[in-house]
Amino acid sequence: MSALNELTIAQARDALRKGETTATALTEACLTAIEGASALNAFVHMTPEIALDRARAADARLKAGEAPALCGIPVGIKDLFCTEGVPSQAASRILGGFLPPYESTVSAQLRDAGAVMLGKLNMDEFAMGSSNETSCYGPAVNPWKVDDRTLTPGGSSGGSAAAVAAGLCLGATGTDTGGSIRQPAAFTGTVGLKPTYGRCSRWGIVAFASSLDQAGPMTRTVRDTAIMLGAMAGHDPKDSTSADLPVPDYEAMLGDSVKGRKIGIPREYRMEGMPEEIEKLWAQGTEMLRDAGAEIVDISLPHTQYALPAYYVVAPAEASSNLARYDGVRFGHRAKLAPGEGITEMYEKTRAEGFGAEVQRRVMIGTYVLSAGFYDAYYNRARKVRTLIKRDFETVFAEGVDAILTPATPSAAFGLGAMQDADPVQMYLNDIFTVPVNMAGLPGIALPAGLDRQGLPLGLQLIGRPWDEAGLLNLAHVLEAAAGFVSKPAKWW
Amino acid sequence: MSTIDKETARRVAKLARIRVAEENLPQLASELSHILTFMEQLNAVDVEGVEPMTSVTPMRLKRRADRVSDGNQQDRVLANAPDAREGFFAVPKVVE
Repeated sequence: MSALNELTIAQARDALRKGETTATALTEACLTAIEGASALNAFVHMTPEIALDRARAADARLKAGEAPALCGIPVGIKDLFCTEGVPSQAASRILGGFLPPYESTVSAQLRDAGAVMLGKLNMDEFAMGSSNETSCYGPAVNPWKVDDRTLTPGGSSGGSAAAVAAGLCLGATGTDTGGSIRQPAAFTGTVGLKPTYGRCSRWGIVAFASSLDQAGPMTRTVRDTAIMLGAMAGHDPKDSTSADLPVPDYEAMLGDSVKGRKIGIPREYRMEGMPEEIEKLWAQGTEMLRDAGAEIVDISLPHTQYALPAYYVVAPAEASSNLARYDGVRFGHRAKLAPGEGITEMYEKTRAEGFGAEVQRRVMIGTYVLSAGFYDAYYNRARKVRTLIKRDFETVFAEGVDAILTPATPSAAFGLGAMQDADPVQMYLNDIFTVPVNMAGLPGIALPAGLDRQGLPLGLQLIGRPWDEAGLLNLAHVLEAAAGFVSKPAKWW
Repeated sequence: MSTIDKETARRVAKLARIRVAEENLPQLASELSHILTFMEQLNAVDVEGVEPMTSVTPMRLKRRADRVSDGNQQDRVLANAPDAREGFFAVPKVVE
């Protein structure tokens, strides 16, 4: 058996049920691994007491029998999830010192399933970023390393991806507004799923762009993603957009034949200047699905190129509204005032000190596109384009396409600091293949499919029909087996 | 190409209630202009007769009885406030 912290969730579950190990031993192995991995800066708030309490409770539950699949499994929680009595600051200075008096629905469901929370994971501030560099804690670092450079684990769920890839936890929660689960998964050789909008409750998750945000699992295998999604998903009366639909047993549905499944290859995803290796990986993935019996069809999603600009209107607009609550009155940071300064100065100084540069930029862009005189030209136009983007997908699904295969990212992980002098739009291009999926509310999964010339992981993305996470996971499972990706980052930290 | 001048940048910062130092306004204006130019690709799309999206999944929002289901947690509500006094959130003087 590999080191306990390196087990998959499925392996650990089976070992726990057979009595070959204990939740306490698993938890201690992870806590030790985290202690030795401060160079990765993945965990930003540790909760060892909570972890060991929950591990002991899980051991008792396992002994009594009938423990759910996640009982005793150590996981990390992205800092965006409010966790009762535990710092939850969305990697922002403005939420410094905030201790939520409540637990988010998703983390509560994981807790109730017996999962063991090890601590909170690094991320881009308010989930706005693709490299983890906007975090108030400093960036998380990718455990993959091929030369002198330290690489980004991607973002915004970069801490989650780094922790899972480095074996610091068995699974982690992420959130995905434009690619924040799938891009870091691709950069770290891990699996990340963004469910259909409404599959997981958003209650208790710090809001970025409410019409796009979804929580999802990040793990080392497709099977683990299926197990973890089962515990995270489900209807929640506290989130009016959460879907009142039954949650299937995702793991039990793995292993179905994909014979005759129709896989669409969208021609618009063949971007100019895309590295040859990514093109090659995409072609290989296509062949693997064909070999497994799937039918491959060329499709067109004509509005693809407009997804990114439309996203960068809609998401900042929603963010500017959601982030209006950070005013120094009810929680978090409040600026010190000079004599004679009043409430307006308090708002302005608090927000200038509390928000980082990228968050400020997006709040101001959102404010601008929603302001009188520009609302129609920008915001309403973007929402109309969003209708067209969704219609593109609906059209191909109506023609019988079951899922769509694309690259996950336009490149492998890049160096921390490498984009420092690039303009913000260059960074936004990271999400070019993932953003359309959020705009249309569809489920999407990124999984590792190979290494590039440098030895860094590259991922593929499968996009599914609304609510068909089961079919999507089944396809991903087939692709995972065919790709046979087993590489792990060599430990340097 | 859309340009945001220094005055517009100042106005947007004011609307967003974010203090921006005078010397940083030109840089902000240029960044915002650049992002807006990127967004202007959307002008190439024919959106005639297209409904703006309000909800990604067609669903009727659930209704519930208009009944108090929670409350009496003044202490917990105020626990995270930077300044709370006598059961209230405290802010600098608003009315002269």
